[in-house]
Amino acid sequence: MSTTTAATGRDLLAEFERGLDAPICLTWELTYACNLACVHCLSSSGKRDPRELDTAEAKAVIDELERLQVFYVNIGGGEPTVRSDFWELVDYAVAHKVGVKFSTNGIRLDKTAAARIAATSYVDVQISLDGATAEVNDAVRGEGSFKTALQALDNLAEAGATDFKISVVVTRHNVTQLDAFKKLADDRGAQLRLTRLRPSGRGADTWDELHLLPGQQRVLYDWLVDHSGEVLTGDSFFHLSAYGEALPGLNLCGAGRVVCLIDPIGDVYACPFAIHDEFLAGNLREAGGFTSIWRESALFSSLREPQTGGACASCNFYGSCRGGCMAAKFFTGLPLDGPDPECVKGYGEEALAALGEIDRPRPGADHSRSIPLMVLKPKNAPVPACAEDPLAGFDPNEVVVASSSR
Amino acid sequence: MALTAVAEETFNADSAWDLHESVSVRPERFGALLYDFRTRRLTFVKDPVLQKVIDALSTSASAREALALVKVPQEDHERYLSALTRLAETSMLTPRSQGEIT
Repeated sequence: MSTTTAATGRDLLAEFERGLDAPICLTWELTYACNLACVHCLSSSGKRDPRELDTAEAKAVIDELERLQVFYVNIGGGEPTVRSDFWELVDYAVAHKVGVKFSTNGIRLDKTAAARIAATSYVDVQISLDGATAEVNDAVRGEGSFKTALQALDNLAEAGATDFKISVVVTRHNVTQLDAFKKLADDRGAQLRLTRLRPSGRGADTWDELHLLPGQQRVLYDWLVDHSGEVLTGDSFFHLSAYGEALPGLNLCGAGRVVCLIDPIGDVYACPFAIHDEFLAGNLREAGGFTSIWRESALFSSLREPQTGGACASCNFYGSCRGGCMAAKFFTGLPLDGPDPECVKGYGEEALAALGEIDRPRPGADHSRSIPLMVLKPKNAPVPACAEDPLAGFDPNEVVVASSSR
Repeated sequence: MALTAVAEETFNADSAWDLHESVSVRPERFGALLYDFRTRRLTFVKDPVLQKVIDALSTSASAREALALVKVPQEDHERYLSALTRLAETSMLTPRSQGEIT
């Protein structure tokens, strides 16, 4: 269906690639403090950063997002609910027409909090879970974290909440549990959300052990195709589209174009998976605030320039995968205009092999507590929603009404 | 696109319509973005004229009147009404009592 003859889905994609005057949504890590120490935590969370934005500063950010008409923020961390002003900020955002989705490991999601969430459509929650069994989950997220998450999910279900999410980072160890995750969600009236593991934060250290093996990527792709429309993906698997049929979603990296990250101390990065100086656009405590960073920073301007595709330009599948994920390339040491490390055509592996042993870029500040990570495997912090999430489900061929459920 | 029987029931072009209060609208150079906080759906209105039509609904006694107000050519009416139907089907547009201007 078409409402205009001139505009097509591709035109809209081009508009997004050029960047919007304000993000559609953004990820906001409220704190680096976390009760867990997940081994693949994208923000290397653990200890609170003393420079964290205080309540007044956080409210000023919300005021600014309201002026920009940012529809919603994906709040994460760290564990955002450990901030004593967490609900105060959520209420403030909602009162200012900025919707809230937040990621949590469930530690503070008691019956009272669940009732609160159930009562409003402006607050959406996702519980992070990285195994459909305690064994698989706790190996990554820490002892007892499965039980905590399940209790939170049950609290939400009992409170009558609808549309809450179970958010899973797909790893080598849980990719065999996709049906079990789906059942876990279905049994509680929740929705399953699967996202891609990135070599970001502590994930840089555990990537080699956790990322999907080539055969597993195919299993995941087939499962996603079979369950199209039943599962959310944050549009994060567009690199798999080169297997054939494009997965639902916009299939576009939104970093610095339609989304970004605000970290706990006000640093603004291109995306939640890119906490590194290379992708730092500025700090919103500086004059001009968030708005000038979004509209004028050199970094974001460069991300909105036409991408050539580099080494991938000659690949027949570039149109599907768009070269994959910027953060995944960067933290594995690959050039940004080259293939994704998990390129389904194998070009990423070739490129990595050609690199040989190199010093990969290290993630930005490490907030890990000085305890050894349980070498069961990893533990993880709540995985923020978003990145490309706002656009998930958008079909570029639809003209007027393109749905993008979270 | 032909309107289905259901769609015709959903959307009457001769009655008054408003954008639902839970829908937030953001003007963009290509048209507008609509976000519905109830369904958490993002909708792309890829046409500045359609955006004007939506704006005009609140001061128009009917959807057809909104089209006239924005001076949409007659031959384009069906297209715009079908777009409004889509919005009504997802309850982003909501009926308003006849004659009441918000």
